[in-house]
Amino acid sequence: MKKEKWLFEISSETKLIDLNLKEVWQYRDLLMLFVKRDLITLYKQTILGPLWYLVQPLFTSVIFTLVFNNVAGIQTGGIPPFLFNLAGITTWNYFKECLTATSDTFKKNEQIFGKVYFPRIIMPMSIVVSNLLKFGIQLLILIAFYIYYAFYLGAVIRPNKYLFLFPILVVCMGILGLGLGMIISSMVTKYRDLTFLVSFGIQLLMYISLVVIPLSLFQEKGVEWLVMYNPMGYIIEMARYLLLNEGNVSQFGILYTIISSIVALLLGILIFNKTEKTFIDTI
Amino acid sequence: MTKDDIILKVENVSKQYRLGLVGTGTISHDLNRFFAKIRGKEDPYLKIGESNDRSTKGTSEYVWALKHINFEVKRGEVLGIIGKNGAGKSTLLKILSKVTAPSTGAIKSKGRIASLLEVGTGFHPEMTGKENIFLNGAILGMTKKEITSKLHEIIEFSGCERYIDTPVKRYSSGMKVRLAFAVAAFLEPDILIVDEVLAVGDAEFQKKAIGKMQDISSQGGRTVLFVSHDMAAIQSLCSKLIVLENGRLIYNGKVKDGIINYLSIKSDVSKTRLLYHKKRSGSRTALFSDYNFSYKYENNLLIEGVNQIPSGALVYLDLVLVNKTKLERDISITIIVQNVSGVPITSYSNIFTLNNLYLKKDKCKVRFEIDDFNLTSGEYFFTVVGFDNQNKFDEIENCFKVDVLESNYFGTGKYPKQKRLGNVLSKSKQYNI
Repeated sequence: MKKEKWLFEISSETKLIDLNLKEVWQYRDLLMLFVKRDLITLYKQTILGPLWYLVQPLFTSVIFTLVFNNVAGIQTGGIPPFLFNLAGITTWNYFKECLTATSDTFKKNEQIFGKVYFPRIIMPMSIVVSNLLKFGIQLLILIAFYIYYAFYLGAVIRPNKYLFLFPILVVCMGILGLGLGMIISSMVTKYRDLTFLVSFGIQLLMYISLVVIPLSLFQEKGVEWLVMYNPMGYIIEMARYLLLNEGNVSQFGILYTIISSIVALLLGILIFNKTEKTFIDTI
Repeated sequence: MTKDDIILKVENVSKQYRLGLVGTGTISHDLNRFFAKIRGKEDPYLKIGESNDRSTKGTSEYVWALKHINFEVKRGEVLGIIGKNGAGKSTLLKILSKVTAPSTGAIKSKGRIASLLEVGTGFHPEMTGKENIFLNGAILGMTKKEITSKLHEIIEFSGCERYIDTPVKRYSSGMKVRLAFAVAAFLEPDILIVDEVLAVGDAEFQKKAIGKMQDISSQGGRTVLFVSHDMAAIQSLCSKLIVLENGRLIYNGKVKDGIINYLSIKSDVSKTRLLYHKKRSGSRTALFSDYNFSYKYENNLLIEGVNQIPSGALVYLDLVLVNKTKLERDISITIIVQNVSGVPITSYSNIFTLNNLYLKKDKCKVRFEIDDFNLTSGEYFFTVVGFDNQNKFDEIENCFKVDVLESNYFGTGKYPKQKRLGNVLSKSKQYNI
């Protein structure tokens, strides 16, 4: 009886990094089922169904083009403004959805988390994956317009030769959204203040993430510092650089984006792990 | 692996909760905790805290929902966990099922634990029964392959075949329970936690569910932790019992003794003295002032001061009377028992037994010995009436309440539960002639 072998131990102590990857792997089916659930239940009992995925970015792009380009006269450097906005919004949406949906993981799933155990991280991960599928659908509409502009309207647009790096950019965005979302969701369990910050903060963040206003304009006006420290700004700019061959990409930007995404993810996992053990007592 | 091998070990587990609201005060406590931690000291708030007695107003914000819980469970055992509301059962189960971590102590396990805490958690109303089987199974830890291989059995056990491709929101609550229990029943954890799920569902399904649980432990060699208030189910299922009271483990051992131990915990119904009852009639030349129940059941242990009595117990009801006239005299006392609908069920009186009762000069005590307390489980209201020389001196209607509990009255483990079977238990024999 001296040395007994236990399968697992539940104790009051938390290790600093305690991500049990093996366990997450065991629950991979659950991850896929959550993704499936998200996708098939979102637009149940609606007439347009998954078409709603397309309506939102299209309408936003139309309005943005009217307001920012036609009325305010923002120049998009030879790219049709609508396409410029659509590319920015589609990319931005993925990040936004990942962040907002993961940031209330604990609060929204309090019911189920309070009853059974499974690796909690499955939940935010499934959100990132299901949003990836939505993002894919939205990307299709972007491609459709791309072809329409290029072949029917004869606009001079072509993708960058590094377009094959686009998936890496998407992964970066997913990681960043997941990391930040997990940090916020962990903090929200005890102090609800952050929920208010997230809902309007994400709106404000969009304007300094180069979604509608290109980096060149910021540089022109000498307010580059506004977007300098925002990894999302670099990501959007890079996305447009790859898709439309328009924008400035610096080595610093690339490095900064990758590092901040990874830091956000690690920090997110750390805080999330610390919270998941007892959050049910404080939520 | 031997049968005696310990599969689950709970070591010195305690759980502290903070009462009140989360507000600005919380942040200062959090900071204190944080500073203690970086200086390498213990959490300062773990040193304080009171036992979790809900009805009394405490002085500390912190309470211990569980304190120093130790027990072990062997492979294949069915462990019953009983206790009053707020005794800490749910907290213990939450810790066991990893939903929350203990404040101190550790739980060590050699097997996969799955819980069936509340049925239907994780069901998505918009998804069909079949989709929900997969989702719920995966939440409980099964892989898609495992579920697919058992899908047919699960659907059959649930008895919801016709509805299996209909969204769960169209299900009746009973069907949801059936479906959820079916999923969990075919789950193959080493340790299954079941928390009062059997309370829902009809009699036929309950029987099926209990049978399934017995199979799980006896044939599957798996361990079940079972929480219930249903003593008959506990008695028929469990091989070992622990009793919790106010966050402490007060009993760990055989089932029969444990149930008696549990019943002897003072109920939290505050006992009002009969003397202070307002609604009374009679000449008031003498008054009922106090009462006390005690009983013996099965092991002849006298249990005192309770309002909860198992059917078939030997009950002693003691009444204290105060004589206002200082005159010693003979009296008769009748006790009428009514059920919750106000229907008189039976009465106890010395008018019929002709036993002599008399009032002493100022105070006296009278004992009613009820040999075979043959009422079925439920609440009963007692009315006491006292007479001296054909005059009623005091009557208090519904002056106290008794909770009769299910027991092994017939010695067979069976018990009449339906209302239509009446309020009185009678022993009878049946045979072919």
